[in-house]
Formats: sequence, structure tokens, C-alpha cells
Amino acid sequence: MPEPLLEVRALDAHYGDFQALFGVSLNVAAGEVVAVIGANGAGKTTLLQCIAGLIRVRDDAIRFDGVPIGAQPAHAVVARGIALVPEGRRLFPSLSVEENLLIGGQLGRAGAWNLERVYALFPVLSERRNQPSTSLSGGQQQMVAIGRALMSNPKLLLCDEVSLGLAPIVVRDIYARLPAIVAEGLSLVIVEQDIVQALGAADHVYCLQEGRVRLQGAARALSREAIAAAYFSV
Amino acid sequence: MNWVNIILQGVLTGGLYAMFAAGLSLIFGVMRLVNIAHGDLIVLAAYLALVVTTTLGINPLLSIVIVAPLMAAIGYGLQRLLLNRTLGEDLLPPLLVTFGLSVIIQNGLLEVFTADSRKLQAGPIEVDSIQIGGGLAIGTLPLIQFLTAVAVIAALQATFYRTAIGRAFRATSDDRAVAQLMGLDNRHVYALAMALSMAIVGIAGVLLAVRANFDPSIGPARLIFGFEAVIIGGLGSMWGTLAGGIILGVAQAVGAQINPGWQLLAGHIAFLVIVALRPEGLFPKVQG
Repeated sequence: MPEPLLEVRALDAHYGDFQALFGVSLNVAAGEVVAVIGANGAGKTTLLQCIAGLIRVRDDAIRFDGVPIGAQPAHAVVARGIALVPEGRRLFPSLSVEENLLIGGQLGRAGAWNLERVYALFPVLSERRNQPSTSLSGGQQQMVAIGRALMSNPKLLLCDEVSLGLAPIVVRDIYARLPAIVAEGLSLVIVEQDIVQALGAADHVYCLQEGRVRLQGAARALSREAIAAAYFSV
Repeated sequence: MNWVNIILQGVLTGGLYAMFAAGLSLIFGVMRLVNIAHGDLIVLAAYLALVVTTTLGINPLLSIVIVAPLMAAIGYGLQRLLLNRTLGEDLLPPLLVTFGLSVIIQNGLLEVFTADSRKLQAGPIEVDSIQIGGGLAIGTLPLIQFLTAVAVIAALQATFYRTAIGRAFRATSDDRAVAQLMGLDNRHVYALAMALSMAIVGIAGVLLAVRANFDPSIGPARLIFGFEAVIIGGLGSMWGTLAGGIILGVAQAVGAQINPGWQLLAGHIAFLVIVALRPEGLFPKVQG
């Protein structure tokens, strides 16, 4: 079996005295879509922040392309090919739509994504390229956040709650673009509260509860009862 | 006509104040750091210009090509080695550290250069002037200094809003964590901003040294002029900073005309009046 693109092994994470993750292990193969689901406070966002380097952990707790990256800072992790679409979008308000995208690509990693490709994926952004990012609707802002992450030409894209605060029709629209993104050979980790969307998009699912992996398996193999049990069991 | 002349001279002086202010404004905008040592760094640049000029025997104005890059290098190192360690949620540590730096620079200069007042001689250009009719004349040197200030402000504005490094400054200022997700090492971005600020300090220091007497103790007053120009103009607006410098320069010139003792007082009063009437400054940048 080939080595996974991303390998998380027995990851513990802390905010000060508070421990948010307990021995979390997770694999992402090249080209795979992995969903991480769980209730509020389960540690999903913390997990993504650890992988992206915003929270520094034991170096060998996270390996990417076979290299330990757990202790590397975020700006070094993105240079290796991991991009995070942060929860709440977090666009740069002083920058226009196009400037937000350009700053995502400022490392100049080689790859398929550039301004034209992002505009082709989200045509509405092309019309609004010179507007302040704050003037866009929530769904359009989410498109900018995804496009900004793609501009770094990552091998692994981490999406944190892309559906949060968006109308269902907008969420469906955004999820409809995911296959086009994965077709470029990207691997994807999506963190979601919207379980239906997550199960529909993912190959493999991990369910977190109180900082531990309670359940995992192929998306098709998991029953709703098992997921409900992993969500709510005490 | 006398009053027109006074206002004109005030405008020209204001260009220099705007340059004192521009670097201060840039640093505060990018990293919320209030650099108390800013004025003393201007004086340090003036002394560097003195050393360069006497060592190489060149015109003081030419020394800018050495002093500005040298100050930029000092700024980069200062930020990487010292000031980055003071940045965080708390605004107090950078204030205290730059205050300490101010004391160190003043005493260091005093030790090396004594308290004697110095001035750089730029040659015949100092007494040249251009007749503009109506019996009015503009000194060539003050005019060069004013035009330099306008060019520096324009270049800074263009850098901030039209270049990749300016984009990095604005993004890091907006959201430091997400900027790191874009591959921007904020320690490096901050150091570049400080280097740019110190390059402007280098230019301002040379112009100051040519224009007026300086000694190791005059830094804090330059800092105050810089602060006042920034706040009159409104934070975050470079052209506003230029306007702020000009208003301060004109107020001082008018005050000095009424009574020589009122020069500084008039500047401070103009500042206080504007802050009282428009606390956000005259040209605040609209935040989205």
C-alpha cells in the first residue's frame, strides 16, 4: 500500500491548559476526499489548524508527503502544498476580490490554478474582480476564499465549514464545483456540520466527538444509525 | 504679500513634517506599533549623513543614496532581532521598548558626537531661489525638499496600493493568521515595512540635516511633529499625512510671524483644534 499523502498519528492538541484533541489519527490518500464531521466543539477546526500549521504540535504527529510537518509554521506548510479555507472565510477586507486571489498565489507554486482558472470555476467573481471583498454576498465570499486557497496550487485542500451561514441553494452550488477541483488531482479534507453534503461528497468519513475519533469508514459503508450514535453517544 | 510668503514657507516646511510622519504612519498601519524612537532615528540618520558627507567629501544631498539603504538595513535588523519580539495583543511592550531605544540612541549620539549643534552645508544651492512674481521667491533647497516629500508620499501610496509587497502589508495588517496561510511570514513582512519606514527616515534625516541645526536631543520634538501630522491627516491616508504636515508647517509659520515665541505653540494649537473638531482627522481612510 502506498504511503498516504497526509498521515496524522496520535495527535494531541492544546489551547493553554485545555486539551482539544486526544490521539487523533487520520489518513488522506492522493486524490481522496475525506470528510470530518462532528458536533460543535468536537475539535474539527482544531484538527485543520494543526494540519495547516496555525497550531504547532509534535513534529512527527503530522506527516505530509512522508515529511514531518507538525512543528512547522503555517507559511512553511502552505509552501509544501497544503491550503486551508478557514472557517468564516476570513477574506482580507482591505483587498479587492482579485487582490485576495493574487495574495493566495503569491508563493508562485507551479500548478494548474491561476486567475483565469479560478474565474472559469466561479464566473461571478470575474465580474466583481475589482470590488472590495466585503461587498460580496456570503456565497460569493466563500468562492473567493476557496479560489484564494486554490491559487497556491495545493496538493491538499482543507475546507472548514464552507456551508456555514449560506443558503442551501448556495451550498449545493459550491459543492457542485468540488468534483472539478478534485479532478485536478487534489486531495480534499472537508469539515462539515451539514452531514448530508459531507457524506455525498466524501470517499471516507471520520466522526469526531470531544476531541477523539469515534467512528470512521468509507462514506458509503456508514449507516445513519452508526453516525447518529457517534454524534450523540456519551 | 508678506502673508502669502509666510504661508508658502510654511507649506514647504510641512513637506518635511509629512516625511517625519509617513514612516510612523506606515508602521502603525501595518503592525499597530507606535515607534517612540522614530524621531531619534531621524536624528541618527542626520548624523550618518554627517559621517558619510565628511568621509567621502560629497554633497550632503547625495549622501541620501547611502544613508537611506543603510537606514533600511538597520530597520530590517531592528524589527527581526528586537521589535518582532515585543508585538502581541498588548500595546505596551513595543511602546516601552521603543522608548528605551529612544533613550539609548540619544545617549549614544551624545557620547560619540557630543552635544554640539551641527548642520550640513549643501553649497550654493542653499541660497538659490526662484522668483515667482509679485516679489515672492521660493528657496531652491526648500522646494527640492518639498518635492522630495511629495514624491516619497506618492511612491509610498503606490507601493501600498499597487504592488505585491503593498498587498502583503495590507493583508498582514488585516489578519495576521490568515496572511500566514497565504505563505506570508509575518516577521519578514513586518521587517520589510520597518525597512521601508527607515528608508524614508533616512531621506528625512538628510533633508533635516541640510535644512536646520541638529544635535542629539532634538529627536522627540520631530516625533511630536510627525505624530501631529499623522493625526491631523487621519490614520491610514498617505495624502492626508502630507496635508497634515502642511497644516502644521503653515500654523507654525503663521504663529512665528505673530510672535517668534509662538511658533511651536501655534502648531500644537492647530493640532488640538483639529483633534477637538474632527477626532478621526481630516482625511480618514474609510474602513470597509
